[in-house]
Amino acid sequence: MTTIINNNAAFSIEDFNLWYGNDQAIHQINMKIPRNEITAVIGPSGCGKSTLLKTLNRMIETIPSVNTSGSIKYNDKDIFSKKMLVEELRTHVGMVFQKPNPFPKSIYENVAYGPKIHGIKKKKVLDEIVEKSLRGAAIWDEVKDRLNQNAYGLSGGQQQRICIARCLAIEPDVILMDEPTSALDPISTLKVEELIKELKKDYTIVIVTHNMQQAARISDKTAFMLNGELVEFTDTDQLFSNPKDKRTEDYITGRFG
Amino acid sequence: MHTNNTSKLKNRVILNKLFKLLFIFATSIALLFLGVLIYRILSQGLDYLTIDFLKNYPAPYIEEAGIFAGLMGSLFMIAITAPVAIILGVSTAIYLEEYAKQNKFTRFIQVNVQNLAGVPSIVFGLLGLTFFVYMLELGYTLIAGALTMSLLVLPVIVVAAQEAIRSVPKELRDASIGMGATKWQTIWRIVLPASIPGILTGSILALSRAIGETAPLIIVGAAAAIYTIPDSIFSKYTVMPMQIWSWTSRPQEEWQYVAAAGIIVLLIILLCMNAIAVWIRNKFQNRY
Repeated sequence: MTTIINNNAAFSIEDFNLWYGNDQAIHQINMKIPRNEITAVIGPSGCGKSTLLKTLNRMIETIPSVNTSGSIKYNDKDIFSKKMLVEELRTHVGMVFQKPNPFPKSIYENVAYGPKIHGIKKKKVLDEIVEKSLRGAAIWDEVKDRLNQNAYGLSGGQQQRICIARCLAIEPDVILMDEPTSALDPISTLKVEELIKELKKDYTIVIVTHNMQQAARISDKTAFMLNGELVEFTDTDQLFSNPKDKRTEDYITGRFG
Repeated sequence: MHTNNTSKLKNRVILNKLFKLLFIFATSIALLFLGVLIYRILSQGLDYLTIDFLKNYPAPYIEEAGIFAGLMGSLFMIAITAPVAIILGVSTAIYLEEYAKQNKFTRFIQVNVQNLAGVPSIVFGLLGLTFFVYMLELGYTLIAGALTMSLLVLPVIVVAAQEAIRSVPKELRDASIGMGATKWQTIWRIVLPASIPGILTGSILALSRAIGETAPLIIVGAAAAIYTIPDSIFSKYTVMPMQIWSWTSRPQEEWQYVAAAGIIVLLIILLCMNAIAVWIRNKFQNRY
């Protein structure tokens, strides 16, 4: 992308609504997601935070009967416009899922999958991308001697870092993370959190999490959602120490949710 | 109260045993008949099953009769039927599972594919006769028979392939399209490799049924006695079950033994195909 972008938002969400059939899951959301920062989205189950995340790379469209209104701009381009190829959007906006979902292939093939589908065939280039991505995901030292083994033989935490490496291999600008540590044990969680903080230098990260401590530990900005509405979106320190909205305060002090 | 409970418990335990016995009985009936069948066929046919029997064409004399034409006919037929039915069947399954919108029309097709799987084979024979033999003017040829057989096994393969494709976890598809892969790339690189064991197992079982079919082939004109093996797809042909059927319909008792030898060959081929299906299933099981 050669256009110079003055505005500091990776995503500008304006008056956005989303329906599953007749049920409205997201109400009138306005927010700007800043570039090269970690934005956390918190809220109780069913508040629409995962839905919002999946909308950012249009993965939500894999669910039938979804309707939207309003606009979401990625780098000032409307992601819903006809000119926007969804495949291209998803190469710029990568995603890491809740449950580690490596392919039933070797570690190498998992990471090389993205570059391969985008037309890179040369073994040497692929080798470089695989090593760089695995290093980027802080798992190279653990797997470098067994790149040809099936990724299913790894632990859950390692699998999730392979999935992050797989995402890095397509060289995205933004990484969306949908509760990436909820299926992991505390030690693996810590490793993935450290990795996320490390990735901030080069990527814009949006992370949906159930875990408020996690949001407080790693994010720069935090959004609190409730019943499909964006209640409060501000600096993480501010939100956790001095929430403006009563509902935010009730949630972070554990009065509900 | 306590004794009452105990007597109730006793009843339940007895009932439990009773049902276990019932199920063992049901299973043993099936096994018994299978045993009798195998014993009868082996005792009648084994003496006639010689190398010459495998190499010879049908003949008017028992000692010269052989199943070579039928064996080769069956193999040639499967060689045509398998690719036609698998390619068409898997493509249909991909369309229904991956591309078709989930609406009434799709459901209508789904239900009817399943209905087709239950249509008697002789009906497919009539369809083949009308369409391939007369309308396309293929005549009583190998290709007409093989295409008729393809239609016969197609619904079974479609249903098996659909189930295999459906069992690939959504998470894997999401991972692929989440990286900007197109639907086709996802199907070709992720969905099909993961569902190949299911597709192949289903296809082989369907084809092993086809190899034992006689009725539709009688209608589309497989020969009962033929002295050549097919040299092109427009050749006359016969298949093993046709050959066996023609032997059993002869008056002399010894022809029954020749037929039994033919059945042994047919059974061996069926067992081999089923063994391959089981092997594939075990080899690729639990991939995700």
